[in-house]
Amino acid sequence: MTASSASTPRSLPRIRGERHIAALVGSVIVVLAVLLPVATILLVAVSGTSEEWPHLLRYVLPQSLGTTLALLLFVAAGTSVIGVGCAWLVVAYDFPLRRLLAWALVLPLAVPPYLAAYAFGEFFHYVGPLQSALRALFGFTNSRDYWFPDIRSTWGAALVITSVTFPYVYLTARVVFLMQGRNIADVARTLGARPWRVFFRILLPVARPAIVAGLALVMMETLNDIGAVEYLGVRTLTLSVYSTWLNRGSLEGAAQIAAVMLVIVFLLLSAEQWARRQQRFHAARGTQMHVRPPRITLSGGRGLAAAGALSLPILLGFGIPLFVFGRYVMRRLYQFADPQVLQAFLTSVAVASVTAVLTVLLALLLINAIRLRRRPATLLLVRLASIGYALPGTILGLGLLLSLAWIDNTVDGFSRSFAGFSTGLILTGTAASIVIACTIRFLALAESAIRSGLEKLPPNLDQAARSLGKTANQSALTILLPLLKPAILTAGILVFVDTVKELSATILLRPFGFRTLATHVYENASRGAVEDGAVAALLIIATAIVPVILLSRPLMGDRNT
Amino acid sequence: MTMNTNPFRAAKAGIAALAIAGGFATTLPAAQAEGTVNIYSYRQPFLIQPLLDAFTAKTGTKTEVLFLDKGLEDRIAAEGTNSPADVVLTVDIGRLINVKEKGVSQPVDDAAINSEIPAEFRDPEGEWFGLTTRGRVIYASKDRVAQDTITYEELADPKWKGKICMRSGQHNYNLALFASMIAHHGEQKAEEWMKGLKANLARKPDGGDRNQAQSIFAGECDLGIGNTYYVGLMINNDKEPEQKDWAGAIKVLFPNSEDRGTHVNISGMAMAKHAPNRENALELMRFLGSAEAQAIYAEANYEYPVLPGAKISETVQSFGEIKPDSLSLADIAKYRKAASEMVDRVGLDDGPES
Repeated sequence: MTASSASTPRSLPRIRGERHIAALVGSVIVVLAVLLPVATILLVAVSGTSEEWPHLLRYVLPQSLGTTLALLLFVAAGTSVIGVGCAWLVVAYDFPLRRLLAWALVLPLAVPPYLAAYAFGEFFHYVGPLQSALRALFGFTNSRDYWFPDIRSTWGAALVITSVTFPYVYLTARVVFLMQGRNIADVARTLGARPWRVFFRILLPVARPAIVAGLALVMMETLNDIGAVEYLGVRTLTLSVYSTWLNRGSLEGAAQIAAVMLVIVFLLLSAEQWARRQQRFHAARGTQMHVRPPRITLSGGRGLAAAGALSLPILLGFGIPLFVFGRYVMRRLYQFADPQVLQAFLTSVAVASVTAVLTVLLALLLINAIRLRRRPATLLLVRLASIGYALPGTILGLGLLLSLAWIDNTVDGFSRSFAGFSTGLILTGTAASIVIACTIRFLALAESAIRSGLEKLPPNLDQAARSLGKTANQSALTILLPLLKPAILTAGILVFVDTVKELSATILLRPFGFRTLATHVYENASRGAVEDGAVAALLIIATAIVPVILLSRPLMGDRNT
Repeated sequence: MTMNTNPFRAAKAGIAALAIAGGFATTLPAAQAEGTVNIYSYRQPFLIQPLLDAFTAKTGTKTEVLFLDKGLEDRIAAEGTNSPADVVLTVDIGRLINVKEKGVSQPVDDAAINSEIPAEFRDPEGEWFGLTTRGRVIYASKDRVAQDTITYEELADPKWKGKICMRSGQHNYNLALFASMIAHHGEQKAEEWMKGLKANLARKPDGGDRNQAQSIFAGECDLGIGNTYYVGLMINNDKEPEQKDWAGAIKVLFPNSEDRGTHVNISGMAMAKHAPNRENALELMRFLGSAEAQAIYAEANYEYPVLPGAKISETVQSFGEIKPDSLSLADIAKYRKAASEMVDRVGLDDGPES
């Protein structure tokens, strides 16, 4: 599994005369585009003075850095335990409703963290259904009569984010358990190892690169979240960027905090590299995927316990949001016919589709560059390309706004002086800026999904094709591309779903009259009336579910799941 | 794996086609069309739509609204001379002054507007104009709070320990209130006061102003800090009738009405620096200050109109008379940054220590 470290001889043997300059140039251009907003933010950061720093260092950074790290830690722990645990149960055991649950575990992915935060906030609030029921049950009269954990806290935010991001880990872990674990596990078991020992000593190490890949996505999603932490009042670095920028009017100070965040992003990416080092487990033959020994059947109480355990994360990450928004929607079903909502829906789907196609193409370009030129420099380039995913949407959006508007105005200036007409704001005045923002943001997602697909293919396929006289490009097009189709589809779907959910960059960059489901929800939420956005919220979840269901099919990988 | 049998590829092709059709249909900029005025707004579309509808009905000029909640000034600045923005609408004096300071507005000297909007509610250079005011008042439980007068200073009194609810201290409305405390008492005393307020909180600051009334209704706290117009919105909320219960559980206390008066903030407008439709923008600005528009503000949004003599809605009148703090808006804006830093320093948003 993998081919991500330089020491792995995954790339093709160099053939004299083949330098693949085109591939390199292509990926350099992509990476430069991705780095444009980042560079802009850094430029703003260094252009500022350090007058904010005494305050930031003393009252803001230590606290918000600590909160951010704690949040990352909680979420990492939560998503690994839930994701890996669920994947293992589903793959290794049989119990009532297993197939349904295996599929439904992906559903929370359809819920954006900001919606989940709102739903959890409502559900666990003092006046929410849970505490109200508790009070009615035990006869409490006010909050001082009993203790209830506060959802508006670091652990609460961790719970919210974990509930909707654990499927990343679940999906990646599950694929590995399905594809690779079984054979080794069977060997270990015939040699007398107990199931738990097999899990911890054999399967977990084998699955580590995949789990880490899933976790890396989760961590970056946590780091870039603003909607959930803002709503729950958790003072992370992202939130500090906001208050520095908006309440103290210091864009430079905000950019400087964002630069601190970039350091964390780099650390995360390096940690991912380190954890995935020198891991090479390939399924030697594709047919192995279809040969599966029977699962261990859990009967009676244990089977029910397993089913119950798997239902819990689904209820949290999907059930609670559905319950909260469903209740509001019942009162305003007429909104489904609201032309504004309908238009928002179409716009969301359109933008997400364009973004998905574009992002997948660019990801393929990058991956092909690695395949052709396995050099540290190429690898570094591709790593850099994933940085957009970890940036908070607003920071990315702001960086893009400044740089794209500059490009627009420069183009306009040239056109005015040489051609005599104004081009206006080609990028920032249209939805192009949003497609660009989401592409930059979710390139990492597509790249990682396609890469893990490529890593699952035996390397000798490519080599065989080449030795039979195909050129590198022919081999890629005729052999690899068709085999990678599930992975490419996965990548496209992930990007689609995340673009539908994307909010903060969209709201900053959108042109007049441009309304997506997410901005519709937000306009209502920002005037304290999320209930009026409930229909759009449910539509976001529904729009995201369709591809998520599609996604879970190929990812489940086989018919006998 | 032939092409035709793969449902995914077919689906994808379909989606792509749809995307190209839809994506670009929605993006055509309507910016510089004749008879249009482009509005960049920090105010929610829902709140300003009745006004804009009335404007279009009266003048035939169409309006385009772009709602942003962050970075509006930065966006106009980045767009530069090509910016489609004509008029900026915003709440909070801090933001109005920010529009001016970032250089994204232009001075307007119009006799009609100047006659409508009193001098204390507009920028001396005409870079921004106030449209409505709102009081930052105390929501008090009808059942559990006996007194009918209160001061902001009193919120730090230990007798309220565990009884006060509020939204985030970093929110504009609270920052402006804290800035006024700094202006009146100096930074040191204001900070002591804020520490006392923090100690009296029932919970971590959270939600919007309406949620503070909700919490009082539910018995979580006895006092809440909120704006006047939210009470009007709750009392008359037919879609979410439970909000009527929240409003029914509270009474509105105007703080400091016996001394300096209640802290008020404004909402307002400015003309964008490179407004492409300057004439239409001017027309809109005149309209927003007119008696007709001011009446809509008062009736539909429960705000106080700035136009002298404009009628206040009956709901708002029922709260009682407001005596606005005479502190100048510029003073409040001046201490905004200090207030924001103070909120961090005191850790107000961390809630009470328990």
